[in-house]
Amino acid sequence: MESNGGEASRLLREIDTLKAAKSDIEHRISILQSQLGEIVDKEETLSSSCSPVPINDSGVRNGLSPEMIYRYSRHLLLPSFGVQGQSKLLKSSILVVGAGGLGSPALLYLSACGIGRLGIVDHDIVELNNLHQQSKASMNRIDLIIQSDKLISGLNYGFDALIIHTEAYISQSKVTSAAAACRAINSTVQIVEHKEALRTSNALEIMNEYDIVVDATDNLPSRYMISDCCVVLGKPLVSGAALGLEGQLTVYNHNGGPCYRCLFPTPPPTSACQRCSDSGVLGVVPGVIGCLQALEAIKIASAAGEPLSGRMLLFDALSARIRVVKLRGRSLQCEACGENAAFTKQLFREFDYEKFTESPLSASPLKLNLLPRSARISSKEYKEKVVNGEAHVLVDVRPEHHFKIVSLPKSLNIPLSSLEGKLLEISSALKGEEQRSGLVSGSGASLYVVCRRGNDSQRAVQYLHKMGLTSAQDVIGGLESWAHDVDPNFPTY
Amino acid sequence: MQLTLEFGGGLELLCQSVKIHNVDVVLQAGETKLTMRVLLSWIRTNVIKERPEMFMKGDSVRPGVLVLVNDCDWELSGQLDTTLEEKDVVVFISTLHGG
Ligand SMILES: [Zn+2]
Repeated sequence: MESNGGEASRLLREIDTLKAAKSDIEHRISILQSQLGEIVDKEETLSSSCSPVPINDSGVRNGLSPEMIYRYSRHLLLPSFGVQGQSKLLKSSILVVGAGGLGSPALLYLSACGIGRLGIVDHDIVELNNLHQQSKASMNRIDLIIQSDKLISGLNYGFDALIIHTEAYISQSKVTSAAAACRAINSTVQIVEHKEALRTSNALEIMNEYDIVVDATDNLPSRYMISDCCVVLGKPLVSGAALGLEGQLTVYNHNGGPCYRCLFPTPPPTSACQRCSDSGVLGVVPGVIGCLQALEAIKIASAAGEPLSGRMLLFDALSARIRVVKLRGRSLQCEACGENAAFTKQLFREFDYEKFTESPLSASPLKLNLLPRSARISSKEYKEKVVNGEAHVLVDVRPEHHFKIVSLPKSLNIPLSSLEGKLLEISSALKGEEQRSGLVSGSGASLYVVCRRGNDSQRAVQYLHKMGLTSAQDVIGGLESWAHDVDPNFPTY
Repeated sequence: MQLTLEFGGGLELLCQSVKIHNVDVVLQAGETKLTMRVLLSWIRTNVIKERPEMFMKGDSVRPGVLVLVNDCDWELSGQLDTTLEEKDVVVFISTLHGG
């Protein structure tokens, strides 16, 4: 057994070493490809006036190779797009920030349409645990990864995962996974991988290399940061967002239109910032918005049509309504792009976006610590109490629709928002439990409170203590901790 | 005055998850016109059912809410001083950042 364990860890080490070497080689290839692309571009411009006339020059006069003409014929047949639009696309470069629910569909369409160079920024990895969650309710994180066999059968349809990330890329970066999918669709597009989080320290350098930026991120500080960076660099920004059953789309900092700060000079309170992983999202909604982002980026790159600048598209999936509204123009008072704005590269590098918006750059869950340890119990300790048959009441303070997804046996659902009016219900449940287990009233059924991650349960216990139920304790880390430390088969969402 | 009010981007949660409200706003004695300033306080009293601070800050909407009068940003029509007319459609949308 000992030697087996040693063998396994040796293999694991070797796998890690090989993976690191592989990712290093891929990185070097992409650098060489980008250098090659630049050399070819230069040679084309230099030699275009005196290039030898091929025997069959039908495709060459417009700069498109026979392969390109065949591949993009549908585009070329559009009178309002044609050779001119396609040639511009082939020379343009687009950066997509975020390879999740919005970025995945955008990337696929952008690579298929023949953008010259396509950059992808994301720091997330494709997680194995998400694979186990694939068949759960639609409240799942939208960056959930769907197994490839489910792709074909159409189950879970709508998640970005279904679109771009597959099982083969578990534990690799989302950028690697997305880049492989894009190359598989169109190997003639130069795909550049940026496997890092976009920050004020690297944003200027990364974004400067592209003509157009697509914001497909999932958090508020990133949205301000990307918009400001586009203003500083003078790049158009195609911005999309989705939550629940609604989506929003607009183009910032383009053709005299507003930037993000012109519209929202002051960040909203953090309590108004919902995340898909908490509030839910129907995967096809970011899918629709991501496709529209690709469309707007293509329109700008090819100078076709009217970009969605100074206007915003609002998508309401439930009522099947799309409304396009007129926005204010560039604000003279805007701190980023206004008349007297002095928002320089230096200022951008030093700006603290997390402080400005009071929320983290990565959409990681909040971890509160409101209670002393004596008012808390770990999920393992709670398990002991259950096994020992201790008389107790477990109150689950999650919203009702969460409770319906999964709950612990015999738990009592009283959502935090209605706790105030349900104190009597808790008291009578405690009395019932005391009678059932033959305890003298008042001497003792314990009161435990649980929620999804252990934040709301602490708020509830604080309130219960204030209302005289001083023995209430919260289960640290909530149901996520129960699933992690006690019952690995307990579903998480 | 007959108006259509619409709430989106999560603001509908403050009015019992109803997105579209057809309302009849009666002008107070002495008032000759209905401005957005007056309408906002009317909505706060008559339409918003919970957490009014998630809808308003001071006498205007809270940061992160777009106000559209007949599909136009209210910045273009005078913000709080925008005068409303019969059958106008006023939309309140909270900005989304998920993706
Ligand atoms: Zn601006």
